Amino acid sequence: MAGFEKIPDFAKELPQFEPRDKQQTHFTTCYMCACRCGIEVTVEDNKVRFIRGNRNHPVNRGVMCGKGNAGIMKQYSPAKLKGPLRRKPGSERGSGEFEEISWDEALNELTARLQKIRETDPKKLAFFTGRDQMQALTGLWATQFGTINWAAHGGFCSVNMAAAGLYMLGHAFWEFGDPDWDRTKYFMLWGVAEDHASNPIKIGLEKLKRNGGKFVAINPVRTGYQAIADEWVPIRPGTDGMLALSMVHVLLSRELVDFDFLIRYTNAPWLVVNTQGQKGDGLILRDENGKPLAWDLEKEAFVDATQAEIKPATFGEYTAPDGRPVRTVMTVLVEKYLDEQYAPENAAKICGVPAEQIERMALEIAHVAFKETITVDVEWTDWAGRKHDKFIGRPVSMHAMRGISAHSNGFQAARAIHLLQTLLGTIDCPGGFRAKAPYPKHVPPPIKPAREMAPNTPLKSPPLGFPTGPEDLVIDADGNPLRLDKAYSWDAPVAAHGMMHMVITNAVKGDPYPIDTLILFMANMAWNSTMNTKSVQEMLREKGDDGEYKIPYLVVSDAFHSEMVNFADLVLPDTTYLERYDTISLLDRPISEPDAICDSVRIPVLEPDRDVRSWQEVMVDLAGRLKFPAFTGEDGQPKFSGYKEFITQWEKAPGIGFLAGWRGKDGEKSLRGEPNPNQWEKYKENGAFFEYHLPESTRFYKFANKEYLELAKEAGFNGSSEPIIFELYSEALQKFRLAGQGLYDGPMPTREEDKERLTNWFDPLPIFYVPLEEQRIDTDKYTFHAVNQRPMLMYHSWDSQNAWLRQILAQNFLYMNRSRALKMGIEDGAWVWVESHNGKIRVQVKLMEGVQEDTVWTWNAIGKQGGAWGLSADAPEAARGFLMNHLISELLPPKEGSRDITNSDPITGQAAWYDLRVKITPAAPGETGSWPQFDTVKPLPGAKPSPSEVRHQSHEAVNLVRPIDDVLSRGAK
Amino acid sequence: MKLGLVIDLDVCVGCHGCAVACKQWNTSGTTGPLTDTDAYGAEPSGVWFNRIRSYEVGDYPHNKTVHFPMSCMHCEDAACVTVCPTGASWKRQEDGIVLVDQDKCMGCNLCSWACPYGARELDPASGTMKKCTLCIDRIYDERLPVEERQPACVLTCPAHARHFGDFDDPESDVSRLTRERSGYALMPEMGYKPTNKYLPPRQKRTVDTSDVARGGVRDKLKAWVNRVVAR
Repeated sequence: MAGFEKIPDFAKELPQFEPRDKQQTHFTTCYMCACRCGIEVTVEDNKVRFIRGNRNHPVNRGVMCGKGNAGIMKQYSPAKLKGPLRRKPGSERGSGEFEEISWDEALNELTARLQKIRETDPKKLAFFTGRDQMQALTGLWATQFGTINWAAHGGFCSVNMAAAGLYMLGHAFWEFGDPDWDRTKYFMLWGVAEDHASNPIKIGLEKLKRNGGKFVAINPVRTGYQAIADEWVPIRPGTDGMLALSMVHVLLSRELVDFDFLIRYTNAPWLVVNTQGQKGDGLILRDENGKPLAWDLEKEAFVDATQAEIKPATFGEYTAPDGRPVRTVMTVLVEKYLDEQYAPENAAKICGVPAEQIERMALEIAHVAFKETITVDVEWTDWAGRKHDKFIGRPVSMHAMRGISAHSNGFQAARAIHLLQTLLGTIDCPGGFRAKAPYPKHVPPPIKPAREMAPNTPLKSPPLGFPTGPEDLVIDADGNPLRLDKAYSWDAPVAAHGMMHMVITNAVKGDPYPIDTLILFMANMAWNSTMNTKSVQEMLREKGDDGEYKIPYLVVSDAFHSEMVNFADLVLPDTTYLERYDTISLLDRPISEPDAICDSVRIPVLEPDRDVRSWQEVMVDLAGRLKFPAFTGEDGQPKFSGYKEFITQWEKAPGIGFLAGWRGKDGEKSLRGEPNPNQWEKYKENGAFFEYHLPESTRFYKFANKEYLELAKEAGFNGSSEPIIFELYSEALQKFRLAGQGLYDGPMPTREEDKERLTNWFDPLPIFYVPLEEQRIDTDKYTFHAVNQRPMLMYHSWDSQNAWLRQILAQNFLYMNRSRALKMGIEDGAWVWVESHNGKIRVQVKLMEGVQEDTVWTWNAIGKQGGAWGLSADAPEAARGFLMNHLISELLPPKEGSRDITNSDPITGQAAWYDLRVKITPAAPGETGSWPQFDTVKPLPGAKPSPSEVRHQSHEAVNLVRPIDDVLSRGAK
Repeated sequence: MKLGLVIDLDVCVGCHGCAVACKQWNTSGTTGPLTDTDAYGAEPSGVWFNRIRSYEVGDYPHNKTVHFPMSCMHCEDAACVTVCPTGASWKRQEDGIVLVDQDKCMGCNLCSWACPYGARELDPASGTMKKCTLCIDRIYDERLPVEERQPACVLTCPAHARHFGDFDDPESDVSRLTRERSGYALMPEMGYKPTNKYLPPRQKRTVDTSDVARGGVRDKLKAWVNRVVAR
């Protein structure tokens, strides 16, 4: 509802509470997490009065979560870095001894070092970034530098979601798609997903429930969103793929699939070569032009499967002109999933979900998809130019994120979920799972990862891309990894986001090679953003025989005094989100909505009171000093005066830059147009965001919608306006599998374990397999699954121990199922030892009902090192909180005959930090407090002690005095 | 007028948005600042007008998790006002908002003992009692756009679980929601007639599957017939 339109007369007597003449409001973008809501900040004397959601903003429509509302305490955190720092000469790394230096000294020192690397061996620079949202810029910077050793934290985060979607649908969960919240009638949430789209999901769940839709939550833990689910499915961790495939089994066994959708928009009718044990087995039958073939039922002949108006067979086995047996993808698919191993009775044993429930859920989604079909009556034109008078909608939608992703079978599990959606025809239709621009892209996006490097030379393509076969791997002629993190090697051939979690381990081991400099931006790899924290801290301190650190030079840019900063050789202090210019670009991780193409900016609302510079500014500055071609003018001087000018002037392709709004000389063009020097002003006038509303006829079926596909090409999202065909069956994966089987014409692995991994896990159709850690340990000893999640009020906001938020949560516990724990003699509040194959920790237990019996869990990243983040040594975060990270190794448990292999998804390299299995034993009497404990981090030079009492206010309060007659009458009317 | 809140327990996911928005607005509001003590130390604590209590109902696997935001109920017959020895606590006749006059409060804590809802918080720095003001410093502010003349907690709630309005007006959102969704007051047996109402979870939706459950068909592939569909 709105507030009072007319202020009641009595209220006119009230005092003026707010000194409005001293206040200004500014629009910018929140950065308390990865959700990127629009905010309006009221500032009074360079002090924040109030941060509220921007009513008009496409992401949050005025609302804001617990994190966003706590921005003030982030801004006033005592842990903010004040100026550049250098590790004191002669002091040990990690001892916390720093000296203050000027920006000139810092940047001169860094430029000299980087220049030498760039002139000699550019791969000796590794540049990895954490919770940033500026990968378009950091990636461009690395490309211009000429090192392939760049990635953001996606490999540690949720690359499985992105990769699974992009290799099947051309869009994905994460930020690439959304449930159609306004129309969906049945919503399934798979695993913990509080990480991205924080407010949009909350807004959406309320809409769903208001509209009478059903909300099913599949999650071993019932907190957060699961709390309001109509049905909670406490599944055993790491088995979601099996649950999805069992539902596929039910749908197929009853023919509850959308055949029209499958024939028109997927590769279901394509023909697969069936010559087991021979080269070429499992590849798509193609004509001389490489076009996939189908069998036309009317012509009774092989036809180009991408043509319009063919009548392809969905099922059947045929003989190709060259005599090879072939069968349709759908034939292979149905045969696979009708197998009894996927029957609900068998899935129940694996997932811990009753067979009847699996079957019922499958029938429920089928009912909603096919019996509660909706339409949006808008004329649209399909890819072949045929007009349709409506969009058909199957109002079942799904979302999944980290809970599915962070397992070593997560890529295939996410594909299994997408398969389920596709069989029902719920992709980008009304009520279904909609794509957000610049997605969908072609399957997979046609970018290949860079391999070659040369001194003083930019890379020819970006460091990250999408391999479609072994020939795209980033390996040398002997099959050895070329990237430091071993992404795109046989360890993880489709590591589309890199493998940040392997960087420190590999650099210290010198495997595949040693490096000179590691730059980390906004990544707390010495603490919670790493596996195996304690050993990573030791590795950062490790020296070679020459007395030199194994990682010789460690540069950290962060805004706060994190555990990572403590290990830096050079600290470059960043601004807070309220003090910087920034872009949330379509070239990066955009904020589009299904109905609108959007991007946004950050514009400073406060003057920094410290000697800090935003990392964006520093990168543009360094790029000029190092004379990167894209940043250097014809006169050999830096081309851009700073980040602002870089953003408005730089073009990726003619007319396409970081910001899509108000392009063209006068700002009259959207999406594409020449640079506009006044673009920032336009964004400022428009509330710091740009929203291009898609015409109604382009809002659905974008993958096959001519008008949309042409728009996407014009806007530079896709290289062509050809339709996007969903690949239920992935030929790219099959090529890798053939390489494992020794049947590929191209690079093939030589080590047995690689052959085995490719053969077993690179199934062209989604599969379930037991997570890899579990395959190598004694499950009778490590009986529990151990998972973690961030609390909703802190997800992705972990770059400050916020004085308000920590009052809500400052100690994490190990949560156990009550009856299971009591049977083990473990009471609420008890201290226990938790042991994995990698180590042990001592933690305090809380018992609850809402957790699957074989699962224990905790809130992640609450545990902190005392002294970091402005916290006292005895803060609960340090004294009683803990990290589960100590238990998780970045390597799989050793196995005889196998080399060290990353504890990751074998396909994408996604860190498998939810695969953890543990053993729990009560601590001895008197054993209390969390263990291991760490030294207290020393204060930085010039840092003031954290205040004990905080009394933030932007102005003196105006008290409302009770009138004397009210006192005398005691309020009697 | 009888101003108050309706809180929808069917959709509250426990994000603490309302609690922190309240803290944020009110620390610079009419009874601010809302002091925080030991802010970076061993026992962080502070003054909050709105807190989310979370608990579980039922036993595994039939358990439910409930997030329950609690703030001042602005009772019609407020015990905190009755017991106040200095006359600092009062219920406004015009709109029913219960307030504490900071100039008159001596921090004796009587009101906090009297309130069964735990809505009152003593500010250790000012030595005075503080509580939800229903954002009286926002809702009547003509300089704010109409849609923002609402309590900070209501404006911010991502799940739109919070509604503000006049319970004396039967056509207001809060009256209508209370009527339609069987809104209830917390602990009415105490007799303080709380103004705020909570909406219970909606009936679970059941999905009829009789029209798709063509039981037991396990025909294998060979029986499947190709349909002729033009691509």
